[in-house]
Amino acid sequence: MKVLRCMHPPAQPRGKQLEFQDEGLTIDSMAVTFKDGVILGADSRTTTGAYIANRVTDKLTRVHDTIWCCRSGSAADTQAVADIVQYQLGLFTMQNGKPPTTQTAAAIFQEICYSNKDQLSAGLIIAGWDGRHGGQIYSIPLGGSLHKQSYAIGGSGSTYIYGYCDAHWKEGMEEQDAVNFVKGALREAIKWDGSSGGVIRMVVLTKNGADRHLYLPDEDYKVRH
Amino acid sequence: MAIAADTRATSGPIVADKNCEKLHYISPQIWCAGAGTAADTEFTTALISSQLELHSLSTGRKPRVVTCMTLLKQHLFRYQGHIGAYLVVAGVDPTGTHLFTVHAHGSTDKLPYVTMGSGSLAAMSVFESQWKPNCTKEDAMNLCSLAIQAGIFNDLGSGSNVDMAVITADKTTLHRGFVKPNERSQKLKNYKFKRGTTAVLNEKIITKDDIGKYVSVHELEATGEERMDIDP
Repeated sequence: MKVLRCMHPPAQPRGKQLEFQDEGLTIDSMAVTFKDGVILGADSRTTTGAYIANRVTDKLTRVHDTIWCCRSGSAADTQAVADIVQYQLGLFTMQNGKPPTTQTAAAIFQEICYSNKDQLSAGLIIAGWDGRHGGQIYSIPLGGSLHKQSYAIGGSGSTYIYGYCDAHWKEGMEEQDAVNFVKGALREAIKWDGSSGGVIRMVVLTKNGADRHLYLPDEDYKVRH
Repeated sequence: MAIAADTRATSGPIVADKNCEKLHYISPQIWCAGAGTAADTEFTTALISSQLELHSLSTGRKPRVVTCMTLLKQHLFRYQGHIGAYLVVAGVDPTGTHLFTVHAHGSTDKLPYVTMGSGSLAAMSVFESQWKPNCTKEDAMNLCSLAIQAGIFNDLGSGSNVDMAVITADKTTLHRGFVKPNERSQKLKNYKFKRGTTAVLNEKIITKDDIGKYVSVHELEATGEERMDIDP
């Protein structure tokens, strides 16, 4: 089992421990709202114990055109949940003839995470842009609770960047400032957390749709590919 | 697309099979390399192969690699890792060439080169140091072979020969025993005893006619009624 280690504070005490021999995804993931939308960012390391099973993982997963999620915890669990939600949102769009809101997507995620809480190791950050509410972020930690936030961080590396984010985050940033904020935070997380690393991936969600960014360690995460 | 595997099967510290087949058929243009529990890889690939063929027949389309990967991951996720099948799924379909790994718990990865099983670290070290994009068929086969050989020689869980399947848009070629770096050589000494090593103290020949004295012999003649009926 891939373990995306999640560092959302658990909403309730839980006994389940992630086993390290299982294939796991460790995540430094974050999402930030800015003036015109929302940005998701993540590192790209997936581990099985001490082995890096995938060094270029894409932990930012599309569930609708402008609703994406950051996965953390078990890779198998989060992929299964994201696949179900992607199907449900596709069905929703066909039945209602209009795209779902981010809140709707987050509610479907919560339903699955809460009702299967004993069997899942999934920490998720859902971020989306919709015409009615603009950019929004919802966080679903291990117990299956749902929290609306203006920015969210998760994964093992997130413990290292609580101070950075608190000091540098500002309400209603410009897009480029938000990108730099996300990149700066992820660089710190990658630097200090051994379970995080690889490339930095981002998705910028605005009225213009989804825009993907990729930054490589080869160029010190400076050049966008 | 080249996919390769070694041919060692173990049960604990024992080499159970020195020349087993780890490349599993899914459809003519989709093949799986299996690691983990042998029985699970065998039955899981056979089950999905069957489902995919029926799906292909009902839709009238060629099976796709993503379809195969999705069926495998949903099946394995349902069994929460109790089915110990760790698979590399490779193939060519109308949408292009695809390569995936599927883990026993149901997680999947899509990468330009992948390795699986106990020898995956040795094999990945070859890929990470020698892989280049857009290589020829011969380059791909050679690189896969070197990667598997790295496992054969450096990993105790891997051994014996290299099996290889090469899948292209128009045909699939299975090379069973592509490389055999562990052939048994001629023994330096012959341990057979020479004729006459054991002394003959006495000799007695019993003819067929006399055998009735020692054991009871019944010769049965098949009559017309006792003969088995055979359909004309």
